[in-house]
Amino acid sequence: MVARYRAKFGAAIVEAMEDRKQAIITVERVRLAEIALYTRDEEKFDMLSDLTAVDWPKREKRFDVVLNLYSFEKNGRLRLKAHAGDGEQVPSTVGVWLAADWLEREVFDMFGIVFSGHPNLKRILLPDEWQGYPLRKDYDILQQDTAWVRENLGIESGQ
Amino acid sequence: MGPQHPSTHGVLRVVLKLDGERVIGSECVIGYLHRGVEKIAENRTYQQFAPYVDRMDYVAAVSNGLGYCEAIEKLMLVEAPPRARVIRTILTELQRIASHLLWLGTHALDIGALTPLFYCFREREEILKILEKYCGARLTTHAFRIGGLQYEAYDTFEKDVERFCKDFESRIVEYETLLTNNRIWIGRTKGIGILTKEDAIAFGVTGPVLRASGVKWDIRKAAPYAAYDQYKFEIPVGTTGDTYDRYLVRMEEMRQSRLICLQAIENIPAGPILAKVGKVLKPPPGEVYHAIEGPKGELGYYVVSDGSVQPYRVRIRPPSFINLQAFDRMVRGHLVADVVAIIGTIDIVLGEVDR
Repeated sequence: MVARYRAKFGAAIVEAMEDRKQAIITVERVRLAEIALYTRDEEKFDMLSDLTAVDWPKREKRFDVVLNLYSFEKNGRLRLKAHAGDGEQVPSTVGVWLAADWLEREVFDMFGIVFSGHPNLKRILLPDEWQGYPLRKDYDILQQDTAWVRENLGIESGQ
Repeated sequence: MGPQHPSTHGVLRVVLKLDGERVIGSECVIGYLHRGVEKIAENRTYQQFAPYVDRMDYVAAVSNGLGYCEAIEKLMLVEAPPRARVIRTILTELQRIASHLLWLGTHALDIGALTPLFYCFREREEILKILEKYCGARLTTHAFRIGGLQYEAYDTFEKDVERFCKDFESRIVEYETLLTNNRIWIGRTKGIGILTKEDAIAFGVTGPVLRASGVKWDIRKAAPYAAYDQYKFEIPVGTTGDTYDRYLVRMEEMRQSRLICLQAIENIPAGPILAKVGKVLKPPPGEVYHAIEGPKGELGYYVVSDGSVQPYRVRIRPPSFINLQAFDRMVRGHLVADVVAIIGTIDIVLGEVDR
């Protein structure tokens, strides 16, 4: 499968590996949507199980955007990854899997990663006006948007 | 509608766009129960985080715990001993029945049938008693440990499970007598909230909702975990993907879970219940995605380790959250009264939607 990906997308396939017997393919960020479409239609990974991110602040491109895919036909899973730097936009995959809609909104909400082409990119779990992105590593566990808490809840701290 | 409304099963706000009584658009407003579970995980050790997962889908805590423990075991490349795996399977299937019973009772109540709730809670109580006898807690059980179990099965465990299963056979018939051919029930559920096979897959919908749309897929069969490969059971599927089909699928699933429990108590292997994992868990660096078939659908854990005692990242793939996304597709064109039926039929738990 990796050979097919490399033949089709060449240098856009950054890395292919296995971890705990699970296949992971890292792709060039800007070509994510295009590779996702191929993955759905040609490689038959018809279901997007999950889409999330991991923050590695010390790395040059700090974010991993991670898509966990499932294929009913193959009864197999595949993980697609793309690296994104702070402020870099990631192509939305809502056009490929409808499931990506809320999942990308959650990643935007928690990490502040912007998905270009998303039809309705706004916060989903936190209040719309909230400042900060809690799942970033530099967001302390005790940190909160004090101004929001004071204004909306009328208390000094929600902790 | 909402966020405080009895039929939303928690705090869900739905903004409806109406043309008279007909729904022409909707938007779910969620997050009221957001507690930042994934952030908490990064600040706890692997064992410390285990009780937190019980508080997501708090009506199926045992299933949450199973998924988490197995994910960490996979990450550490250890396996729970056979005895632990069988006991886990029994408790998880009982939990599935309990979760489905809670769904059935409240779903019927939302639609206006009061009686099933009392019946369902009567049987659910018996399951909670077994869980309480096993680990001391009824809801947030923390029943399993990474590597296996902390507690042995108590003396009359098999007998209790067997007695419950024997009684439960006729109890399901009681529920069905109340509902399956009931004209009002059929009128309120048939043809309501149809989700096609294609839409279900595109939205990533899993669990009974996916199966009711005609996709025969269950992780217990597709990628067996715990001890599921040892037991015979069927995967019920629906044809039209409406609310009535989802009702039938879950009813049959309860029967199948009962059969799994009966097979499992026949032969619980002897031996240790906890693998040698040590007191300090430091999984080798790397990552794993592990999914189980929770009562609501695919419950996945994506865990990244940096080799320390705390997980670098725990991502929980919540079935309720992802299934709820298909709500808009299911509700369009129906009446306001049907909104309640459709929220109920997806079987969401807001603790898991919001995490």
